[in-house]
Amino acid sequence: MKEEQSSETVVLSEDILQRWEARGVSRRDFIKFCTGVTATLALPISFIPKVAEAIEDNRVPVIWMEFQGCTGDSEALLRANQPTVAEIILDRLSIEYHETIMAAAGHLAEESKHQAMETYRGKYIAVVEGSIPAGDGGVYCTVAGESALNIVRKVCGNAAATIAVGNCATFGGIPAAAPNPTGAISVQKAVPGATVLNLPGCPLNTDNLTATIVHFLTFGKLPATDRLGRPLFAYGKRIHDNCERRSHFDAGQYAEAFGDEGHRKGFCLYKLGCKGPETFHNCPTIRYNEGTSWPVMAGHGCIGCAEPGFWDTMSPFYRRLPQVPGFGVEVTADQLGVGLAVGTAVAFGAHGVVSAFRKGHAFKSDKLVQKDKEE
Amino acid sequence: MIRILYVWQLPVRLTHWINAICVVVLSVTGIYIGHPFISAGATADFLMGWTRFIHYSFAYLFTFSVLARVIWFVIGNEWASWRMFFPWKSRKGRKNALDFFRYYTFTGSRIPYEVGHNALASMAYAAIFTLFIVQIVSGFALYGQYAPGGFWDSILGPVVTLVGNQTLRLTHHLVMWLLAGFVINHIYSAWLMDMKEMNGTMSSIFGGYKYIDQEEL
Ligand code: HEM
Ligand code: HEM
Ligand code: SF4
Repeated sequence: MKEEQSSETVVLSEDILQRWEARGVSRRDFIKFCTGVTATLALPISFIPKVAEAIEDNRVPVIWMEFQGCTGDSEALLRANQPTVAEIILDRLSIEYHETIMAAAGHLAEESKHQAMETYRGKYIAVVEGSIPAGDGGVYCTVAGESALNIVRKVCGNAAATIAVGNCATFGGIPAAAPNPTGAISVQKAVPGATVLNLPGCPLNTDNLTATIVHFLTFGKLPATDRLGRPLFAYGKRIHDNCERRSHFDAGQYAEAFGDEGHRKGFCLYKLGCKGPETFHNCPTIRYNEGTSWPVMAGHGCIGCAEPGFWDTMSPFYRRLPQVPGFGVEVTADQLGVGLAVGTAVAFGAHGVVSAFRKGHAFKSDKLVQKDKEE
Repeated sequence: MIRILYVWQLPVRLTHWINAICVVVLSVTGIYIGHPFISAGATADFLMGWTRFIHYSFAYLFTFSVLARVIWFVIGNEWASWRMFFPWKSRKGRKNALDFFRYYTFTGSRIPYEVGHNALASMAYAAIFTLFIVQIVSGFALYGQYAPGGFWDSILGPVVTLVGNQTLRLTHHLVMWLLAGFVINHIYSAWLMDMKEMNGTMSSIFGGYKYIDQEEL
């Protein structure tokens, strides 16, 4: 006999659903969104109504700052090709200051930032995009005459929480790559005392930002993090361990060149330099652009954009190992190693040939042997 | 008079050969992991899977063997003791090291006579045991990445955070080549000293006995 499956009944309040319909979001989309975010956060189904209520009740003021970055994270946020629920949630955040999208400019913009900082002191969320140049007193990036370093210390210092988005803000990213001419540092290093949540990626995945904010709205605090301050729900598993090409990795089937037979068959991209085995991110499970695809699915190895030292240690992107410091780009660790081994073998081989013919007896006991031979 | 002396106790010989086998197996499987030079025909194969399984199994064996030898540094006989790693601390040790160096570079003809490891070899072994530890730490730190929050990650995760996983991988890879260089040198030297010292060096690492003339010490 078939056993009855126990299923939790989850009820969303009719009021809430109707209000979202009035805002132009169908109930189906809204329920999908709440379910998706709850799943992304790895919460049980019973949390769906809580999530629905939390995003209904609260409006969190946000101050979004951008320093040495390419606006890629803002773009990722804004580039949805249709108004999605996520976008509406983010619109409902009361974004008090965001240079790229705000209407105000110049003094007015500055004014609204200062006002927001005063009015919502200790209550707003500071979002930082881009790294902070700390070299030469911070002269390399100034906004309204103030250095990025000063701004970020002031704004993040008074925030309820700071979210660093993208690799530049979280680990220094490309601006901090050697030789780091501007002395670029991460938000965590610039404001050591602040509560900073890191959402690295190049760019970050907006779904993870949405989920983080929903977590903050639902529980009043930031999600649990790993050693690098990244939320575990998004960065708690290695890409390699969730990758759809993993069975080919274990089997031993690799694409050797872009466009070769293995590549066309969807084999593992390890030998094309995939950094999935050392990168922690939920790309394989949530993907990008409304779950359409992600780099490895599209046929390109992971470049490790969510890791510290991205660019210096994850490059060369098409080789597995970084360069050996002090040697040119053309020399790989293995060429060096084979050279060392062959060099040693040749040197000792020569030494051996000479030694074999070498006379001279070291010990008295040797003379005994010599005598034995003579007798 | 020449006496037969029991120099290398069983744990020294046993760990020596376990380590030697492990280094060879770990190097071969490691090279495959770093650069899979054989491709599988079918997706149902498990070539990389088995290679990694062997690498990690021998990694555990190797770790326990090195650990056992480290304990024996403390409780073993005088030739197995950790004290041998610091020949430069005594006058005799410094002199022996210099004489050995001169013998190797053909600038001297006297081989210093010692029961245990010679002074130069001891220093090489100090370096080798350090490299062993580096391999074990970097290896298990990288291994722990499959399970954040798990046993190895809790112990060695901070190493990954501090050094960076790519730097750690490069280190793990380069140390293998350093070990390869050592093994070539080591086997050559074992042969050379067996031939020149004529005191049974080579067989001593199997049986433990050396032929020692007490008067020459
Ligand atoms: C003498 C000892 C060892 C040698 C010579 C050795 C050699 C190697 C080599 C050459 C690689 C390939 C590295 C690369 O290019 O990516 C490798 C990978 C690896 N080894 Fe070892 N290994 C040794 C000991 C260990 C130990 C004790 C462990 C502990 C579990 C370990 C764990 C690993 C892991 C996890 C990898 C994969 C690294 C990655 O790509 O993320 N190894 N090993
Ligand atoms: C055919 C292979 C090998 C032979 C014939 C051999 C021979 C020997 C001999 C004769 C000694 C004693 C040396 C002395 O009197 O000072 C020794 C010690 C040692 N060998 Fe080897 N060896 C071999 C392979 C290896 C390998 C692959 C390794 C590891 C990389 C290794 C590591 C060591 C170490 C660490 C010692 C010091 C032993 C201790 O104090 O515990 N050997 N070996
Ligand atoms: S494509 Fe990259 S992440 Fe996927 S299995 Fe291969 S090495 Fe791992």
